[in-house]
Amino acid sequence: MVGFLQQVVEGLGAGAIYASLALALVLIYQFTGIVNFAQGELAMFSAYIAWQFTAAGLPFWPALVLTLAVSFAGGMLIERVVIRPVEGAPELTVVIVTVGLFIFVNAAAGWIWSFLIKDFPNPFPGGALEAGGLSVGYSTLGVMAVVAVVMGLLYLLFQRTKVGLGMRAVAANPTSARLVGIRVGWTLALGWGLAATVGAVSGVLVAPLLFLEPNMMGGVLIYAFAAATLGGFDSPGGAVVGGLVVGVAETLAGAYVDVIGSDLKVGVPLIIILCILLLRPQGLFGRAAVERA
Amino acid sequence: MRRSAIGCTAVTAVLLLATAACGGREETGGGATTAAGQCQGQQTTGITDTSIKLGGIYPLSGPASAYGDIPKGIKAYFDYVNAEKNGIGGRKVEFVVRDDGYQPPKAVEEARRLVEQEQVFALFQTLGTPSTTATWDYANQRKVPQVFVATGASKWGTDTAHPWTIGWQPNYVSEARVYAQYLKQERPEAKVAVLYQNDDFGKDLFGGFKRAIDGSGVTVVAEQSYEVSDPSVDPQMRNLAESGADVFLNITTPRFGSQALAADAKNTGWNPLHIVNNVAASITVLRPVGFENVQGIVSATYYKDPNDPQWKNDPEMVLYYEKMKQYVPEADPTVPYHTFGWAVASSFHKAMEAAKCPTREGLRDSVRALGGVQVGMLLPGVTMTTGADDGFPIESMQLMEFKGERWELFGDVIDTRKEFGPLTD
Repeated sequence: MVGFLQQVVEGLGAGAIYASLALALVLIYQFTGIVNFAQGELAMFSAYIAWQFTAAGLPFWPALVLTLAVSFAGGMLIERVVIRPVEGAPELTVVIVTVGLFIFVNAAAGWIWSFLIKDFPNPFPGGALEAGGLSVGYSTLGVMAVVAVVMGLLYLLFQRTKVGLGMRAVAANPTSARLVGIRVGWTLALGWGLAATVGAVSGVLVAPLLFLEPNMMGGVLIYAFAAATLGGFDSPGGAVVGGLVVGVAETLAGAYVDVIGSDLKVGVPLIIILCILLLRPQGLFGRAAVERA
Repeated sequence: MRRSAIGCTAVTAVLLLATAACGGREETGGGATTAAGQCQGQQTTGITDTSIKLGGIYPLSGPASAYGDIPKGIKAYFDYVNAEKNGIGGRKVEFVVRDDGYQPPKAVEEARRLVEQEQVFALFQTLGTPSTTATWDYANQRKVPQVFVATGASKWGTDTAHPWTIGWQPNYVSEARVYAQYLKQERPEAKVAVLYQNDDFGKDLFGGFKRAIDGSGVTVVAEQSYEVSDPSVDPQMRNLAESGADVFLNITTPRFGSQALAADAKNTGWNPLHIVNNVAASITVLRPVGFENVQGIVSATYYKDPNDPQWKNDPEMVLYYEKMKQYVPEADPTVPYHTFGWAVASSFHKAMEAAKCPTREGLRDSVRALGGVQVGMLLPGVTMTTGADDGFPIESMQLMEFKGERWELFGDVIDTRKEFGPLTD
């Protein structure tokens, strides 16, 4: 039984990592209505920026603050330079652009920092909390806590602020939003900036656990997509629940279902994505899109 | 719109024609030349009395670009030999390096360019099992030597359909045998937990290990695989820890190697003897985990570590440091990949010198008839031996243990061919 619970805890730990990136995916979808395939790579790039600051001698927390600021500006810049020219183009065009961005950012990180693993400082203590035969790493607890805080902040932003209202309007109907006086261009740029910032938090959180190199986020992105699909692309809470469910499902399937084992573990998120799209396309917590006839 | 489409089609067609034309010319005419005398009829493309042209394919860009340092060590060696030793037997070496970004299709393209346009004498090193697998059919059809490929797959030596291709470094099965031998002697009742990468590399090493412990008291009690797309191997490590094994065999590539080492260090309830494979034994993998967390782990190697103080006054190492500084001043000589390049280049030097004919056939036969050839940069006791039934130049390794901030060699060199017999299938 303890073994089983320990597996669940491991799954929650992995799930928190997926959830952290899923939050960024959900955020950008909320703001701009597009799915950003480059989100994981941007998070990885931010982690490198943080590494660069700490390597230059800054303590971790000031480095984090600087990284978040740089990421925010970088996200807005990408929206202006790369996404703005294809604004209003068919969704497929935008998706292809983000895929291109994925490849570019990955290659750029390799070019700048090489593909050797970097020594990334861990903001959380190294040990583990032991209780009732279970052990939970402090870094896992730290990741969960930060993810919860980010989720709460996003909820407040979406539901309780004028900016959030404006951005929901832009995502729902850009033309009408523009007519009621919302600055659509700035809102979209803001969306990219905020998503890049949330992604930066994710990158910095997972770098000490997964070890920083340019391909660090590739696998995480697949699971984050599964998490966002499961929870609903328009719900931050859903993304977190989705991430935790995906993490636990994957870990338990790998440990206890012999057919799946470690070999097919990576198939679990894909099965989840497929089932959700078939049975409840809007996700567990999402709202179904309603179109006026 | 329509016009541009037509334009595109036309341009594409012209390009296709041009490519076809080039291919055709190379096929029919080409620069193929043959030797006279006792080597009559043998190919002398790319080699004259004063020069020899070699082509190498490495990932200078992309995910495996850390290996892109290898050709720098090779270049330092050949520049030194050209300038100070009048080349290899009077022939100055021209070494052409191409980038495949670790992508097999690009490796094929570059191999064609090297062979057909650059007219190289031989492919001296293709890097990585995927890129070498993609190019060996081509090299063998064209009868171009593809020597000392930089990959540890065992198929370069066991295969009989590709006589023009040969490896150099100890293959993964040899490495597995070294660990098996160590366990049989030191821990005859060892219960082993294994983490391996689910691809040719991982299966080659793990399969070799299982065969090597067959019939001994050493048993595998738990095995877990991972995909290179997995974010983390933590769940696998959790499952392995539950097996209660007293030895952990870590068959991984760098990032997963770091993760597994960190997971082992974090888990204070499970303290097995940790054996990490050579691929993930570099200092760059260990440092992020923290040196204090990797004390006492075991691995194996076969060439001299430029950071090891015991080689400080070794003549070959002194020469290496001096010539690296002289000919490739921008490269850091303490990076072991440079040392690897130096070692394999000097191995090529010896093999080429030993060739009976200065021809492609001569090189092919020479690398398959090495008789205990000593190479300065290899560990003392590690030599190159091949023969009609032996396609593996190096099959000996020595164990090493991590102490302080570096690896320390221990025990004797283990000759896996002597201990386990020839490697077949």
